[in-house]
Amino acid sequence: MSRTAKALAIPAALLVAAEIAVRLSGTASLAVAPPSSVVVALLAALGDGTMLAATRDTLACAFGGLFLGGAIGLVLGLLFGLVRPLDRLMELTVEAIRPIPSVALIPIGMLSLGFGYGFEIAIVAFACVWTMLIMTRAAIAGIEPRLLEVSRALRLSTPQRIFKIVIPAALPRIIVAFRLAAGFALVVAVTVEIAANPQGMGYGILIAQQSLSPQLMLAYLLWIGLVGYGLNVLLSLAQKKLLGRAAMVEVRR
Amino acid sequence: MERTDLHGLAGQGACAVRPAAIEFREVGLAYSGKPILADLSLAVGKGEIVCVIGPSGCGKTTALRVAGGLVRPGSGSVTVGGRPITGPRRDVAIVFQDYGKALLPWRTAAGNVSLALEAAGAPMRERKVRIHALLEKVGLHGHADKYPTEMSGGMQQRLQIARCLAQEPSVLLMDEPFGALDAMTRQTLQDEMLSIVAETGATVFFVTHDLEEAIYLGDRVIGLLPNPGRIGTIAEVGLPRPRNQLETREMPEFLRLRRALFDFIEKAEG
Repeated sequence: MSRTAKALAIPAALLVAAEIAVRLSGTASLAVAPPSSVVVALLAALGDGTMLAATRDTLACAFGGLFLGGAIGLVLGLLFGLVRPLDRLMELTVEAIRPIPSVALIPIGMLSLGFGYGFEIAIVAFACVWTMLIMTRAAIAGIEPRLLEVSRALRLSTPQRIFKIVIPAALPRIIVAFRLAAGFALVVAVTVEIAANPQGMGYGILIAQQSLSPQLMLAYLLWIGLVGYGLNVLLSLAQKKLLGRAAMVEVRR
Repeated sequence: MERTDLHGLAGQGACAVRPAAIEFREVGLAYSGKPILADLSLAVGKGEIVCVIGPSGCGKTTALRVAGGLVRPGSGSVTVGGRPITGPRRDVAIVFQDYGKALLPWRTAAGNVSLALEAAGAPMRERKVRIHALLEKVGLHGHADKYPTEMSGGMQQRLQIARCLAQEPSVLLMDEPFGALDAMTRQTLQDEMLSIVAETGATVFFVTHDLEEAIYLGDRVIGLLPNPGRIGTIAEVGLPRPRNQLETREMPEFLRLRRALFDFIEKAEG
């Protein structure tokens, strides 16, 4: 038996058990539905385009926020990592703002930006800034001191040092930070949609729940899981592509 | 810990015959109150190979770092080629012991050598030819596209030496460069280094733990004493060149020096 088959055995058994249990109990629950009807609901929602439109909205906001917040976090992280006095100057400010849960900004965002893409992107960006900032800063602090000494001994100019030593040396960790931030981005986007913003997959779940359709609600859940999984696979592939053999070096260490 | 200076004239320019390539003048250095180097004076002649030994904590690596401009001395000065050292210089190359950390893991062998040329602003077209020549010189032709992690320790250290040679240095500062290599590789690299140095005429300041290596390579061996680091002995190595791993090491002079320096280290470690 192949490894894939082994890995699939338990989930398949659980699905069958769930199907049988729900069918036999005969309950008309508002929280659960038999797996078969979840699949039917998923296919139907995919077929009529609503699921895809919701996916597009959520991913647009997740990626928009990820790139906006990620870029801000990356630039600030590089700055703070390279200019220690600036880091010390900003430390208190950063540590004071960072612990605010991004979703706590939903009411303010709603009032100042209104419903729609801008509002959701802003909240997601806020969540992503800190991951990128903190991890980029740490990546720079963690650069092998000998490499920086080599750059001094070879008399690299400051731009050369940054682009030829600092950024390549920190890149593997920066990419890990980006992957983490991407995970947060999807979570925050869906949360914002469930809590406030009437669009996307989060809102789809909410509407399915309120219209007493557990199979559709679970179909959304399943679909979000698949999208998240696909996203992670995609980013992991991109990481390998981007770093090439150097990435493997980092893994071996 | 008071110890008599084996040579009252330690560092008084024992090799004043040749013009000095590196000159330490009463160099003193302390880290947070603890003296590391005290009144270190030493002149290294042009083209000379000076090996520095001493128990750990005697400041031999610190002396090298001062000469390389990586550390500023608290007092005194170092001049290379007559000009005072105020920071790293292109004509002074440093070979670090930990080649694994000193090489850029994301660049190939050619890319690592290229870094020194990029820093020196060598035009792109020239680089390829020079990289090829440098890799050839250290015996790494055919490995240009390998990453450091795909190379053995000996090859990695050869690569670092190639990168240093790309600076076209007049002075090579080598900090226990072969300390982490196995015995066979170490001997091969010692001979390769000697022939490269003979070819380029570079002056070498070589820090090592290995007494035999110091005698085998050096024109002079400087023994440092710890707390604070100062010169304890200077041994002139009168062994003929080119040296040979078997014959040189069996010569009575080699054995005499080995005994003398061994006694020195034993006393220094107290």
